[in-house]
Amino acid sequence: MRVERWTRTSKVFTGGSAVVAFALASVPLIFDSDVVQKLTNLLILVILATMWNALAGYGGLVSVGQQAFIGIGAYGTVYLAGMGVSPYVAMLLAMVLAGVLSVPISLFALRLRAAQFAIGMWVIAEVASLLVRLDKNLGAGTGISLIQMNQFEPNFRQAYTFWMALGFTVLFLTALFFLLRSPLGASLQAIRDDEDAARSLGVRVASRKRLLFVLAGFGCGAAGVLVVANTLFIEPGSVFSVQWSAYMIFMVLVGGLGTFEGPILGAILLFAIQTTFTQGGPWYLVGLGATAALFALVLPRGLWGVIEGRLGLHLLPVGYRVVGSKQKAELGA
Amino acid sequence: MTLLNAIVQGIFLGAFYAVLACGLSIMFGVMRIINLAHGDIAVLGAYLAFVVVEHTGASAYVAFAAALPVMLALGYILQITILERSLKAGLLTPLLATFGLSIVIQNLLLIAFSPDVRSLGPAAGALTSASWHVTSELSFSALGMVVLAVAVVVFGALQLFLSRTRAGWAMRATAEDADAAELVGIDSRSVYARATAIAVAIAALGGLFLAIRSVFDPISGPTQLIFAFEAVVIGGMGSLWGTLLGGIALGLAQTLGAEIQPQFAVLAGHLLFLAVLIARFGGGRLSLRVAR
Repeated sequence: MRVERWTRTSKVFTGGSAVVAFALASVPLIFDSDVVQKLTNLLILVILATMWNALAGYGGLVSVGQQAFIGIGAYGTVYLAGMGVSPYVAMLLAMVLAGVLSVPISLFALRLRAAQFAIGMWVIAEVASLLVRLDKNLGAGTGISLIQMNQFEPNFRQAYTFWMALGFTVLFLTALFFLLRSPLGASLQAIRDDEDAARSLGVRVASRKRLLFVLAGFGCGAAGVLVVANTLFIEPGSVFSVQWSAYMIFMVLVGGLGTFEGPILGAILLFAIQTTFTQGGPWYLVGLGATAALFALVLPRGLWGVIEGRLGLHLLPVGYRVVGSKQKAELGA
Repeated sequence: MTLLNAIVQGIFLGAFYAVLACGLSIMFGVMRIINLAHGDIAVLGAYLAFVVVEHTGASAYVAFAAALPVMLALGYILQITILERSLKAGLLTPLLATFGLSIVIQNLLLIAFSPDVRSLGPAAGALTSASWHVTSELSFSALGMVVLAVAVVVFGALQLFLSRTRAGWAMRATAEDADAAELVGIDSRSVYARATAIAVAIAALGGLFLAIRSVFDPISGPTQLIFAFEAVVIGGMGSLWGTLLGGIALGLAQTLGAEIQPQFAVLAGHLLFLAVLIARFGGGRLSLRVAR
């Protein structure tokens, strides 16, 4: 009997995903800006799903208010660019701003449990939205454009934004990947499986949750930064909308809560649905909501959980497997 | 005098929030779950009454009386189809499932009724316009007083139900310890279903008041949920009379905030809610530790 982390498939796939990242980097050189803009949206969805899963799947924190950080990232970019900072530098700084602000918010929010945390975060997002509406310099309720982006030629602008999105995606995925594989990650997965048991074994649950919360603050801030760079216009009604949470919950629940690969799968699915039903419309949202609820009730570990369970497939290994014994027990993910 | 008027209006507004929050408080008290579709259910109740008014020309109150049994049945069905299953699946599943349900209800309402704003004010008769002007700046609206009276009656009736009836005892026993209640022969499934049915019916009453007081549309629900939840938390989760007081505190915060500047109304309510959470969970102690 021995314990292994890597299987042949996972080695191939992990290496392969590095190749995919490089291949994606060449997208703006080949395709026109319409495709590039759509793929930027996909990367935004991947970041959001991964971050929401980091919170809910590993920290047990269901947030209905991550749009607070999306809004802070987006409005931070517009504000800093308005101060004369170069737009792409402003984007980086705004992401850091969202991450840094998540620290004081965590001090308060992480004291709350379950529904109190969920709605508490929602209220924080609403407060941020109301504060933006009070500020005429940020366009109040009617929205504001990122006019400083006009200094770039549209094709180049779209390409830069895409590369930035790709960079953020790789950054946050690898950060979470190595975080989950580290000794710290073992404690995170222990919290996911049973918070009270983990605490009784000496896992410092509070500080681990804070780590995830701040990571998600950075990640959702990055997504917000990319939203404004990709659309060049934001308004508080949409950027602070609870719809973002609906999308995140859909992607993670359908893809696989508490699995590493699942949210990526969920993001690709949502992207495919969005590109197929471009009109959106209420029936599409009815389907989204019903599917999310159904997965929560019937398939709590989502599609990836099923794939993993049935096929024993591990593409991006963050846990360990015991092989060689008669009972193929599994540890971790 | 405007301050006194703001306080009076705040109490009236707060009574409305308390009615909205009542069902949320019952469900949390009995099952320890928060129904994120609560606001949308309230709006659904308003639309049901609206449909009856449109088709029969009845007054809003008659229409609500007709919608009430439907809402009770819906609550019962909601419990046995979705919530019961989610309760078994852990702490987070009820949140996720009811959030999905909330999106479904909002968009089904959009499909059925278009995004137009509606009101039941015209169907509510003289109640919406009548008021008692004490001075030029202090007035008691008939609607405000009725809502306050109904709120007190609803909470009082629930108190009597829980303290005087066998079904109420069963509900309290189940809330205390469902397994132990099962041992003495209480069917927790039916207790839960009854609690949800009552909660949904009272949510619909909140929806009726929303529709009479002002306007509503298919996406009014989330805001109502947030206000209702704030009332529950401010009053202390799990305490029924606390919810009435919490609603009134929220209403006061909003009208007093609006006295400073109209845009501060909702913000002031949110800040009171966050302040109560910080005070209760001691966020301050932790920030000191980090500052060191």
